[in-house]
Amino acid sequence: MSVPLSTSAAVKPLLEIKNLQVGFQTQNGLVPAVNGIDITLMPGQTLAIVGESGSGKSTTAHAIINLLPGSGRITGGEVLFEGRDLTQLNEKQLEEVRGRMIGFVPQDPMANLNPVWSIGFQVEEAIRANGIATGKEVKQHAIRVLKEAGLADADKRLRQFPHQFSGGMRQRVLIGMGLSSRPKLLIADEPTSALDVTVQRVILDHLATLTREIGTAVLFITHDLGLAAERAEQLVVMYKGKVVESGPSREILENPMHPYTQRLVAAAPSLASRRIQSSQKNLTDLGYSAPRAAEGLDLVEAAAARAGKQAATPVAGGPAIKVDGLTKVYRIRGAKRDARDFKAVDDVSFTVERGTTMALVGESGSGKSTVAKLLLRLEDASEGTITIGGRDTATLRGRALLDLRRTMQPVFQDPYGSLDPLRNIGNTIAEPLQVHRVGDRASRRARVDELLDQVALPSALATRYPNELSGGQRQRVAIARALALKPEIVILDEAVSALDVLVQAQILRLLADLQAELGLTYLFITHDLAVVRVIADHVCVMQRGKIVESSTVDKVFDNPQQDYTRELLNAIPGANLKLGV
Amino acid sequence: MTGYIFRRILQAIPVFMGTTFLIYFMVFAMPGDPIVALFGDKTPNPAVVAQLRAQYHLDQPFIVQYLIYLGGIFRGDFGLSFSGEPVTAILARTFPVTARLAILALLFETFFGILVGLISGLRKGKLFDASSLAVSLVLISLPIFVIAFVGQYVFGVWLGWARTTVGSGAPLQDLILPALVLASVSFAQIVRLTRASVIETSGLDFVRTAYSKGLSSRRVIPVHILRNSLIPVVTYLATDFGVLLVGATITEGIFNVPGVGNTLYQAIIRGEGPTVVSFVTVMVLIYLVVNILVDLFYGLLDPRIRYVK
Repeated sequence: MSVPLSTSAAVKPLLEIKNLQVGFQTQNGLVPAVNGIDITLMPGQTLAIVGESGSGKSTTAHAIINLLPGSGRITGGEVLFEGRDLTQLNEKQLEEVRGRMIGFVPQDPMANLNPVWSIGFQVEEAIRANGIATGKEVKQHAIRVLKEAGLADADKRLRQFPHQFSGGMRQRVLIGMGLSSRPKLLIADEPTSALDVTVQRVILDHLATLTREIGTAVLFITHDLGLAAERAEQLVVMYKGKVVESGPSREILENPMHPYTQRLVAAAPSLASRRIQSSQKNLTDLGYSAPRAAEGLDLVEAAAARAGKQAATPVAGGPAIKVDGLTKVYRIRGAKRDARDFKAVDDVSFTVERGTTMALVGESGSGKSTVAKLLLRLEDASEGTITIGGRDTATLRGRALLDLRRTMQPVFQDPYGSLDPLRNIGNTIAEPLQVHRVGDRASRRARVDELLDQVALPSALATRYPNELSGGQRQRVAIARALALKPEIVILDEAVSALDVLVQAQILRLLADLQAELGLTYLFITHDLAVVRVIADHVCVMQRGKIVESSTVDKVFDNPQQDYTRELLNAIPGANLKLGV
Repeated sequence: MTGYIFRRILQAIPVFMGTTFLIYFMVFAMPGDPIVALFGDKTPNPAVVAQLRAQYHLDQPFIVQYLIYLGGIFRGDFGLSFSGEPVTAILARTFPVTARLAILALLFETFFGILVGLISGLRKGKLFDASSLAVSLVLISLPIFVIAFVGQYVFGVWLGWARTTVGSGAPLQDLILPALVLASVSFAQIVRLTRASVIETSGLDFVRTAYSKGLSSRRVIPVHILRNSLIPVVTYLATDFGVLLVGATITEGIFNVPGVGNTLYQAIIRGEGPTVVSFVTVMVLIYLVVNILVDLFYGLLDPRIRYVK
């Protein structure tokens, strides 16, 4: 299915991908990853490829410059760049295209700079390889491109190494590197998905300005539909190696034709929060774009239902969690042997009522995960008290601490790292039961089946191993394990942040259902305000260890009191999009 | 940086004390009376025995003997061998031979090991890779004395390219064959280590980014793949260099190399306590120094280690 993106006959397309096919050689033969896609990009234009992981979007990006990983290779089709088929070039010709004509900004800034060479070295070698400058000018040019990319003190930091740079700074270096030869096309493969939202916004704004000035066309690859629509004029939606929909961003967002796109629009938290905001007056109007095909996934409806239910059920009993004046001080050994204190958590107080969800929002380093560790008693607080179900937890030891853990269970971010690869799913879920000596073998097995059912996984999965499961399934297993001991409180530390939007929507829905069914109290820790809107009742916004704003979700979104909160809200991709609501 | 070196030297002190104490204790605990043994079959004169005991401080408690010995070391006095020659003189004679052999072996294994490992890693699954893996497996499986005897026979007797044993003064050309034998096992380990490391590094994101900048393989392989891959290899080479420097007993024995390992072996056979203790003490010292040097070298390879204290 191909839709011509531009009908202007006068301008020739810069990049034309025709019927591109990419496969990976495995033991079971060639596994196709991209099945005949067509994409056209005009000079100076920005086009976004959107899709979930495994959709083939990154593979497409790598195929253009012929840098497919491992056993991947192009099995058919053409990649015409200024009329020249890149798939037919030899290695030497490709080296001339890479960098000089097509720049590349990779996904993970932490892994994409060589840790053993200085920043300056790595920028300069790109400039030298592409013949942009020679001799002493190389260094001058390196400083210039880094300054353009937003590293104001580039001249001073040229001799520093990647580990001395923050993630955002490294991404600026990579952008500077990608644009150092003034390429006609820049491929940006999820350039900011590893960064905080506010950093993401600043960097993407900068990238947009810079490419506009240079006149570089951008091929932008992302899993976030909101982000794509905000940043690109043209959208290409990919699903299972095929283009399912393409056209101007606005049109696709307002009137998604393909069922998959409709599901994406419905599930994207960034768009959902926007839609909630713009339709606050009349929730019933939401029927407009809640696609029938995506029933059960629409986050807007989920949020609306949540608001209604919350209003209806009064809070019974005392608060589930009460935190008062919580402070955690870490001692840092400085470079010059001077020990100084670092307050990771600074005088934090909040209360979570039973059966509700409190969201703790902040960027990396704001102290939100430290609060979780203190609550779980994985670390001890320096000052302040934590009261769980009416009991001060600071003095609990041995048996009593074990009982506390029973009422409070965590779910962590990385569904790949939090399951033991050598244990099957059944044993993983049953482990807390064994540790707490609950029931016998048979009753534990019954409980595992019951839990798998609760998280909507087939009971046959009990004998399978984590490597056989998808990311979403693993996170369901992690949730099942957390629920095994029938806790009252579940601490969700970035529990949905690593998941694709559709999977994320399913897990959010599962969490909401479980809460309604089991009366759970959630402490939901996230950097993503967009998700907060659909899952939480109350929000605490954290910045540098302090709570800067604390209120109900609606108040925070509709009437933020602090500049920092406003900044976070503005940083939600798609926040400024006009939707046909 | 100086602070780091200073701290490393401070850390080495307890290690040095601990190891020398253990060695001294073990030699002390060996059965038999060394003074009585000196007299062989003759009945010793009690007065002479007492005098000798006092001279070697053998009448003192163990801990005092150890401290006296330690004091001697700090004055550069490692005691006398049974033949009356100062242990330092024996060391001065044998250590340069072993050092030459060690450096030669290290050069062979480093150069060929990394070269073969790099090519194998870059051509994973191809013929070169498969055959180098097979050869390295054979070398690892064979005991070193088998390799030594085969080498001695093939190159020394059969082809006549090298002398079967090392001549007096241990000239360099005589040391080539023993060095190759000594290097063979480590060579195989280095091939495997480099290969695995190169394969891992080649798949890392920054390598792809390097290519995306328009760099050629001729630059990416040495600059971005090889250097990063060498970090685990250097760890192995460092320990191996330490092992080589303190003498290869078997190989030196087979090729009759007048080095540290051979001499130490003879001393153990003859039950020369002071010589054994002094030799081992010096070996510990060498090993510690080599280790500190290697840790400093790490910093050169990996800036993350250089700046993190």
